[in-house]
Amino acid sequence: MIEILTSPAFNTIQDLGRRGARRFGVSTSGAMDPVALAAGNALLGNDDNAAGIEIQTFPFRLRFQTDAAFALTGADHASTLAGSTVRPWWCMRAKAGDVLAVIAPRRGARVYATFGGGIDVPRVLGSRSTHLRGGFGGLEGRTLQAGDAVPIGRSPHRSDGRFDFGVAPPDVAIAGAAPADDRVLLIRVLRAGEYDLFSEAMQAAFWSTRWKISARSDRGGYRLTGGKLTLDAPVEMRSHGVVPGVVQVPPAGEPIIQMSDANTAGGYPKMAAVIEADLWRLGQAAPGSFIAFCEVSYQDAVAAMAPVNDYLAKLRATADLYREL
Amino acid sequence: MSINQPSAPFVGTIEKSPKISLIGTLAMLVEAPGDFDLVQQGRIWALADAVSAWPNVQEAVIGVTNVMLVFEQPPADIGMLSASIAELWHRTPSRKTGGKVIEIPVVYGGEFGFDLPAVASRSGLSEREVIRIHSEGDYTVCAVASSPGFGYLHGLDPRIQMPRKSVPSLSMRAGSVTIGGMQTGVAVLTSPNGWNAIGWASVAMFDPRSEQPSLMLPGDRVRFRIDRIEL
Repeated sequence: MIEILTSPAFNTIQDLGRRGARRFGVSTSGAMDPVALAAGNALLGNDDNAAGIEIQTFPFRLRFQTDAAFALTGADHASTLAGSTVRPWWCMRAKAGDVLAVIAPRRGARVYATFGGGIDVPRVLGSRSTHLRGGFGGLEGRTLQAGDAVPIGRSPHRSDGRFDFGVAPPDVAIAGAAPADDRVLLIRVLRAGEYDLFSEAMQAAFWSTRWKISARSDRGGYRLTGGKLTLDAPVEMRSHGVVPGVVQVPPAGEPIIQMSDANTAGGYPKMAAVIEADLWRLGQAAPGSFIAFCEVSYQDAVAAMAPVNDYLAKLRATADLYREL
Repeated sequence: MSINQPSAPFVGTIEKSPKISLIGTLAMLVEAPGDFDLVQQGRIWALADAVSAWPNVQEAVIGVTNVMLVFEQPPADIGMLSASIAELWHRTPSRKTGGKVIEIPVVYGGEFGFDLPAVASRSGLSEREVIRIHSEGDYTVCAVASSPGFGYLHGLDPRIQMPRKSVPSLSMRAGSVTIGGMQTGVAVLTSPNGWNAIGWASVAMFDPRSEQPSLMLPGDRVRFRIDRIEL
């Protein structure tokens, strides 16, 4: 069991998301940076899909009520366990009574706290992820708050195994699309259904604009500002399924990228869709930061997942080996 | 951008194929050609039933005359897959409605039906006329989507159709009875919503702990009954 001491807002229990219930209108939820969550679980020898805490507001503090192994992955953060520094992308062992404090990230938006054995809340529709709008999953379907007691499962590994090691974060270990410059995150996309309805000038503006992620952005979606993309003739589309990463253009012209908590359906014209290999990078982009889009082919979009999968596989193998040393 | 419809000259009167497009590498949208009607929607239901059993299809998500396939892994050959879907579309007969009938009592107008005056004004009818027309409709659940258990209902009288708002209302109450374009529905969650609220109903639409979590399913029929009118 762990006890939440401080949690400002919007910190939730998430796994890799809820699959197969979209047909009932249930969005996937799940970690905004699934690579960080899976990496934390791999460090601890958990299943990739074990639930952890997605921390996106700070400072966040918790107290261990039992001895437990844990890892912190995701955004580059400054944190302490019982007053001593905890490095990012590192796993450690805590003693009962230790307080873990996660301070605001220096870079990135979301820190993932994972625990040996994973967070043991009931699965709802196949997942432990918090579905905030629906009010189910996670801890009573809501954000964490001070005083909450969060159950931890039994660690799959013996308690005398080694837990004090880390890994290079994926944005260092995996080459992505080259950044446009230091302050703009380049996001690879495929064109989507209504791309051709936009004039050449609008298409050109979509690719050349340096888009700012507005303050009105959250796990549901990122609203972009910096330009307006309008159609010569408006279209009333019929509602259809959408997935996280889709870039829609509402009539007002400012694009919205749907994210983990997005509705399962939408009716706005679709300009593009963020490739799976860049969705986790976008999940770490904070409001106020800038992104730009670049186009890739379907084949390149598929191939881009190989280094991500290799990274996680290598990390898991190395961590398993290290833990037994 | 469409995978299967390059700008080709018109060659004959064979039925048009669905428009098939990708949403990233793990989702594909199949949109029925032509105007909305329940026969086309029934073909979408039948297509969704069939493709759900295909390998690598995690699920088929039904929309309004369209279906989105979600894949476990990126398909190896997109061209071949879309050809198979188009072929299946042409030989799959429409599935008929025949689900259960759901009756929903509605408080029309009032605090939660705040867009009723705008719907009346656009239609050129009185608010009472809008209510009468809405409550006399015979509706079919086309799709369950957008939020948990939310049914897109077909059968709205064209006189009271109203486009979705370009800027959504920031907080619309769960249970709001709404009009969005040519569809109507009952909001399941309190959240931002681009549809027009004309009333409110207190029916439980969704239970995540149930094996069958959604009250409405594609093919069900819905009738709205006037519980009360607040003007």
